[in-house]
Amino acid sequence: MNKDKMINGIISAILLALLFGLVVLLDHTLPTTGIAMTVLQKCCIYSLVAVSMNLLNGFTGLFSLGQAGFMLLGAYTYGILTIPVDARPSVYQYFDGGIVQFSVPFWVGILAAGCVAALFAWLIGLPVLRLKSDYLAIATLGFAEILRAFCQWDKLGGLTNGSNMLRKYPSFNTLLFPFTVSVICIAVIVLLINSSYGRAFKAIRDDEVAAEAMGINLAHHKRMSFCISSFFAGIGGALLAMFQTTVQASAFKTNMTYEILLVVVIGGLGSVTGSIIATFLFYLCSEWWLRFLDSEIMIGAFKVPLLRPGFRKVVFSIVIMVIVLFARKGIMGDREFSVAAVRRWFGKHRSSGSEGKEEKA
Amino acid sequence: MKRKVVSAMLILSMAAMAFSTAALADDVITIGVFEPASGDNGAGGKQEVLGMQYANVVQPTVEVDGTEYKVELNIVDNESSTDKAASAAAQAAEGASIVLGSYGSPVCIAAGDTFLNAGVAALGVTCTNPQVTDGNDNYFRICFLDPFQGTVLANFAASQFEAKKAYVLTKLGDDYSAGLGHYFSEAFKNLGGEVIEETFPEGNADFTSYITTAVNEGADVIMAPTSTEAAQLIIETASAQGVTVPLLAGDTWDSNVILNAAKGKDVEIYVTTFYQEGADEEFDASIKEWINSDSTALANNGGDDTIAAVTVMGYDAYFMALEAIKNAGSPDPGAVLAALPDTTYTGVTGSIAFDEIGDAARDTAFVKSADTESGSWVFVTAQGVE
Amino acid sequence: MDFASFFSKNLPYLLAGISVGGQYALIAIGYTMVYGILRLINFAHGDIFMVAGLLMIYSTTVFPLWVSIPLTIVVTVILGMMVEKVAYKPLRSAPRMSVMISAIGVSYLLQNLALYVTGGLAKPYPAIPGISATVTIGPATTKWVTIITPFLTLLLVVLLMQLINHTKIGMAMRAVANDFETSRLMGIQVDAVISMTFIIGSFLAAVGSLLYFSNYPSVVPTSGAMPGLKAFVAAVFGGIGSIPGAVIGAFIIGISENIIKGAGWTTFSDAFTFALLIVVLLVKPTGLFGEGAKDKV
Repeated sequence: MNKDKMINGIISAILLALLFGLVVLLDHTLPTTGIAMTVLQKCCIYSLVAVSMNLLNGFTGLFSLGQAGFMLLGAYTYGILTIPVDARPSVYQYFDGGIVQFSVPFWVGILAAGCVAALFAWLIGLPVLRLKSDYLAIATLGFAEILRAFCQWDKLGGLTNGSNMLRKYPSFNTLLFPFTVSVICIAVIVLLINSSYGRAFKAIRDDEVAAEAMGINLAHHKRMSFCISSFFAGIGGALLAMFQTTVQASAFKTNMTYEILLVVVIGGLGSVTGSIIATFLFYLCSEWWLRFLDSEIMIGAFKVPLLRPGFRKVVFSIVIMVIVLFARKGIMGDREFSVAAVRRWFGKHRSSGSEGKEEKA
Repeated sequence: MKRKVVSAMLILSMAAMAFSTAALADDVITIGVFEPASGDNGAGGKQEVLGMQYANVVQPTVEVDGTEYKVELNIVDNESSTDKAASAAAQAAEGASIVLGSYGSPVCIAAGDTFLNAGVAALGVTCTNPQVTDGNDNYFRICFLDPFQGTVLANFAASQFEAKKAYVLTKLGDDYSAGLGHYFSEAFKNLGGEVIEETFPEGNADFTSYITTAVNEGADVIMAPTSTEAAQLIIETASAQGVTVPLLAGDTWDSNVILNAAKGKDVEIYVTTFYQEGADEEFDASIKEWINSDSTALANNGGDDTIAAVTVMGYDAYFMALEAIKNAGSPDPGAVLAALPDTTYTGVTGSIAFDEIGDAARDTAFVKSADTESGSWVFVTAQGVE
Repeated sequence: MDFASFFSKNLPYLLAGISVGGQYALIAIGYTMVYGILRLINFAHGDIFMVAGLLMIYSTTVFPLWVSIPLTIVVTVILGMMVEKVAYKPLRSAPRMSVMISAIGVSYLLQNLALYVTGGLAKPYPAIPGISATVTIGPATTKWVTIITPFLTLLLVVLLMQLINHTKIGMAMRAVANDFETSRLMGIQVDAVISMTFIIGSFLAAVGSLLYFSNYPSVVPTSGAMPGLKAFVAAVFGGIGSIPGAVIGAFIIGISENIIKGAGWTTFSDAFTFALLIVVLLVKPTGLFGEGAKDKV
């Protein structure tokens, strides 16, 4: 058994190293602004965001719809802190160069983004975490909308640039950067989930009353999960800001939260790898592979019917409905993709029992 | 069963991937078109593209360094949304010698760095916010700027209506709207006027309160630099409340969407714009013929053949791009970028030459008013800044 | 400022608030009834409202008004029923989260379909003779629809209350809302009751859309999102599951939204709605008129 575990560990490490190698290779071969690069970067960032949402919704069972709000905080914190001082007059041109007259290195900005989001999560959590299920969802959604209005308020223009976007802050043009940051953050989340805290989160999800009876401090653990999830959402927001090179509060709408929630559910609530796989499938399909549906295609003299701008999204949303209706637990359910699971899958002939169960689930 | 489905999906997605990266032929020059076809600015974007498509019909080839190239437009929808702008821009820049667009400044500002990183020149057609070209060596534009436009409108309000008080209504989170509103307010205050500024959030449909406030405050003009989508509702509300205060707006309102919304209503609308229909009758006649002969074009133009200024600007931008490619002597985007600053061209909307920032030197804006009986634009004046 | 001029300055805000409140109320009833029975936030309801607007636009290009108005209502009702049959019914035994995701999926699909059909452009809503005409009441000029909306809303609510309190199907609805499983055991056709809920909800949404878009005559694929969200907030505010609560909540939200705008806080007109909601949830978690039911909070 131990030997098996070691082999699995080694194979996982090799796979991860290979993945890093592949990312470096892609960085050197793909055009830096090509569509492939853009979409892959986006996938890395949203993987982190989806996993952080899954930590809250899937692992702790807290139904929160505030994700876009915390990403907004992260993105704005990053932007506000890292715009170079000499670029500020041009960015904040309607607000006399803004009130922040210093700038910090990008990594400080990213950490600060997470911290500010976590701080707000703590503040918001004080009142709203007493609410349950749908009520919590609608309250967090409301907070996200309120935060958005504040970011656009012209009285705060010296800080947030009001209705105008923040730009000219440092960004990245490699795949390696968002990939590395996401891998590190997701690794931290996985470690957390596998720790005693993670088990407490899952206990709360499965049965609050039982969890409390077992001596788990509900309020404390819920708040912790909420803050940690928001911390990583904030970092995701900072990465998104870097990716977009400009950031504006109007982009962080409730639809953004819904989209991430869809990804999380399609991947499987309570599965980290599920969220990651679903993120890649979701954005690769919607932004790249299905693009051909948006332009007219002629096969000989025959014009393929229905194809015109917008058709991609229709097809895509139908696919999503089919997944939601027929694969209720998502791609992975609450299982994880791991070397051990793959080896079990292939070892089905030798030990048929466990696999058969999974098929039915 | 499940495994079969998974593998089938994988194969399908691979096929789709191969499909979406089809190779381009050799003697084709691609011009990327980065324009909104949906969202807030969809109507305007479509009209701007129309000009480019017509230009492409008029002049489908270009001779560069002795070789005849076919010009193809790669039209990408940026959905009027700043968060979709970067990926749409990357797509428009892919394989393109130069990119045209976009209608609506915010998406241009958001996509600026993408064009910079891709090393492709972007030629803005009607994006008027200064931040588009400011600090971006790859972005150029052929239209006037908002500080100019805002000042023109302020001067017009002060001289035409002797306005002392202006109500400025802008959209929250829209750089174009906030910027033009800001420049108008600044200029209007410099002329000794008083300004009341308010904002409306995205998705707002109820403008009653805003119009009421404008009336209560005794505003002499209402300045509403918004997208056509909000404009329809503002016009409707103003007319329903019987408000006869003149409505002023910038280039976005120069659209038949506005004419249709105002038709038969008792409202006064004035807009600044790039081109006045009738300035070049030969051009007007031939583009109208083309629009009427093509049902898709007619639909994209909003169902009639009123020529929007943005269409004419799109037409000029296409020829400006060809001129730059000819000067570069190569379809290579780097060469085109190098050649663009010194390229000049005299189009339907006048002569175009760039200053050191990459902005076209334009010193007049046309002011038009909506004839609400016939549903057409009436030329008011060509105004500059004294 | 003397009272007369204060009144004449603020009357338009009040009228706009009452009118939009009535329109939110008609949508909110759909949310509150579905939630009362299925414990489901029907995120697609706002989009059904938007689709009703588009149906009206497209049907008036073909049919005269006296055909297209009933047609729009009937098709909207069918759409609402179909959504329930296709997207919610198969998930009846699934966790609540799955159903809600399905609702989000339907909302996504309807918006994208609308985007595809309209090409993403704002469609002007046809003027309906009578209610689209302007009228002057004292110092304020407005459209007839503004005046008609609150009365029509109240009339429909009274009729609905009659239906729920004094008919067999109404009694079944109350029973299912009270205890889903037991009422099934008692022989109530739960599926029929749920269908009826969606029929009523969609019917009111269609009427609401007629009024709303006559007032603000432009439809885009996201037109339903904000009114839908506000109506949902109204339903929660008034105590979800309670029809009078939803109606009162909707009027409060519509009026306070316009007062906020009138006071010059336009940036926060949407945010204020949510702030109000959060305060109510924290002070009285079941909403103003919600009964303290078991699995609510």
